[in-house]
Amino acid sequence: MRSSAALIFELSRPGRLALDLPQPDVPEQQLEDLIPAAYLRSEPAALPEVSQLDLVRHFTELSQRTFGVDSGFYPLGSCTMKYNPKVNEDVAALPGWTGLHPLEGFRDTQGALQLMYELQQMLAEISGMDAVTLQPVAGAHGELTGLKLIRAYHRSRGEEHRIRVIVPDSAHGTNPATVSVCGMETVEIKSHPDGAIDLDALRAAVNSDTAALMLTNPSTLGLFEKNICAVTEIVHAAGGLVYYDGANANAIMGLTRPGDMGFDVIHFNLHKTFSTPHGGGGPGAGPVGVKKILEPFLPIPVVTQTADGSYCFAEDRPLSIGRMHSFYGNFGILVRAYAYILTMGADGLRQVSEDAVLNANYCLARLRDVYHAPFVRHCMHECVLTSQKQNAKGIRTLDIAKRLLDYGVHPPTIYFPLIVAEALMIEPTETESKENLDAFVEIMRQIAREAEENPALIIQAPTTTVVGRLDEAAAARKPNLRWKPAG
Amino acid sequence: MLIPNNLKYSKEHEWVRVEGNNAVVGISDYAQSQLGDIVFVELPELGATVTAGKRFSVVESVKAVSDIFSPVSGKIVAVNDGLNDAPEKINQAPYGEGWIAVIEMSDSSQLAELMDDTAYADQVAKGGH
Repeated sequence: MRSSAALIFELSRPGRLALDLPQPDVPEQQLEDLIPAAYLRSEPAALPEVSQLDLVRHFTELSQRTFGVDSGFYPLGSCTMKYNPKVNEDVAALPGWTGLHPLEGFRDTQGALQLMYELQQMLAEISGMDAVTLQPVAGAHGELTGLKLIRAYHRSRGEEHRIRVIVPDSAHGTNPATVSVCGMETVEIKSHPDGAIDLDALRAAVNSDTAALMLTNPSTLGLFEKNICAVTEIVHAAGGLVYYDGANANAIMGLTRPGDMGFDVIHFNLHKTFSTPHGGGGPGAGPVGVKKILEPFLPIPVVTQTADGSYCFAEDRPLSIGRMHSFYGNFGILVRAYAYILTMGADGLRQVSEDAVLNANYCLARLRDVYHAPFVRHCMHECVLTSQKQNAKGIRTLDIAKRLLDYGVHPPTIYFPLIVAEALMIEPTETESKENLDAFVEIMRQIAREAEENPALIIQAPTTTVVGRLDEAAAARKPNLRWKPAG
Repeated sequence: MLIPNNLKYSKEHEWVRVEGNNAVVGISDYAQSQLGDIVFVELPELGATVTAGKRFSVVESVKAVSDIFSPVSGKIVAVNDGLNDAPEKINQAPYGEGWIAVIEMSDSSQLAELMDDTAYADQVAKGGH
């Protein structure tokens, strides 16, 4: 009936209104009398003029085009797109939380402070750290906080010159980006061909300028770093600290702890591991856990418990790196994570990680005969495949990802990690049933058959979506960011 | 996969064409095919000093952002401004119009560290990285 591609501006008709406002019951004033002429528009803003029904239909249709974990399988590697139980939303929406003002005094906010305090303790216990700050509001924000802590630590010891941060070539892109934002220098080390850290390369890279090593374990290849204790020892022996990128922590809860592996700092992605909403720009939460040596540098205010058992914010931390965010981070997200951890309990969290690892290995085992698997080991919570077997038919990983759209599946992460050519990284998460995994595996196997029998089907994909294959290169080279009226 | 025999190659997939004491530098056909459609090139600054093995340019494709390493040390005496408006030249003609910069070499003995076409073809055949 109406063009589904129409923008709200194209639906506009002069004079059409979504609602009629009554005449004002106070004297009307002229805009020119209120605002200096220099600040007034010379022509009216081109705002869309539509009826209420057209408005509702337009945005309802757009909302139905979106894809989330509530609408389908979403195995986006390194992102942990698990299902978020709806009870967490109910709990976070309790009026006691939503009615709080961030400047309210301690006496009236004991419940909120207790929740933050206990969440800090839970995260410290899960990760094997001594103290936690809940302030950072994203994973990369946690990374920045962590590196600032490391820098402050070296500075306090008169080692200002330690600014080099070692990052493996398989790292998340945020790691070297954080190093740059923090005014430090990245030293990249190559991975061993088996995907692990190359201990010799690490030994050669550390020196008296080394501030830290940033590491994900399991790595971005979905592999557990078996030599992790040797790795942290090498860095510590050179006077550096070791940072744990918690993006892949969904693989290890209750099974092993970064603190026990020798890590000094960790960030958590509550929006990945601890089941808070994810995607669409947040809000997220990236709490940071540290060992005792870094505790004096944590951002203020610090949530603490006083001698009488009540809770308050401590600001008197002369060595603190300062504030990393206005107020105390994304409190509503902290409530969801707290509810999730209490609901799951210790046994539940361990089972989360066991099932996440089992599900990824199941996908790997059922797909490795039709897609090339670059590593022979068992994987952790995600597995890496490539399109190497399909390349001969002119099909690349991007084409497979596009074909998955036709089958109603969100594509896995592609072309990452960078050290695997034509990578396809699948993270099914623990919240999918065996039936869902089997359905995905069958779709992937069907696509592998299509690659043999009818490659054109894949190269032309997607054909069932609202728009077909987009010209990503043209969009990046000549971005067209703003709608303009025709003519 | 085009690997001309009049060029030298680095492990990181840059090529060098020696013209007197100058080195014309770009990325190989293999590198551009792995990167996919290139959408942006961050060129080095004219007159900047570059060091062999250090980053001197950045290439962004639809897939990833990649550092380009200087194959030799020296001074940048020319940059390919044409890439600002047409980065796709690297995809279309990696050894021609897709050149990135010209380096006046400070130590031409570094050229001995680079590979000839046969050795580079070997590296690519083994999987590249």
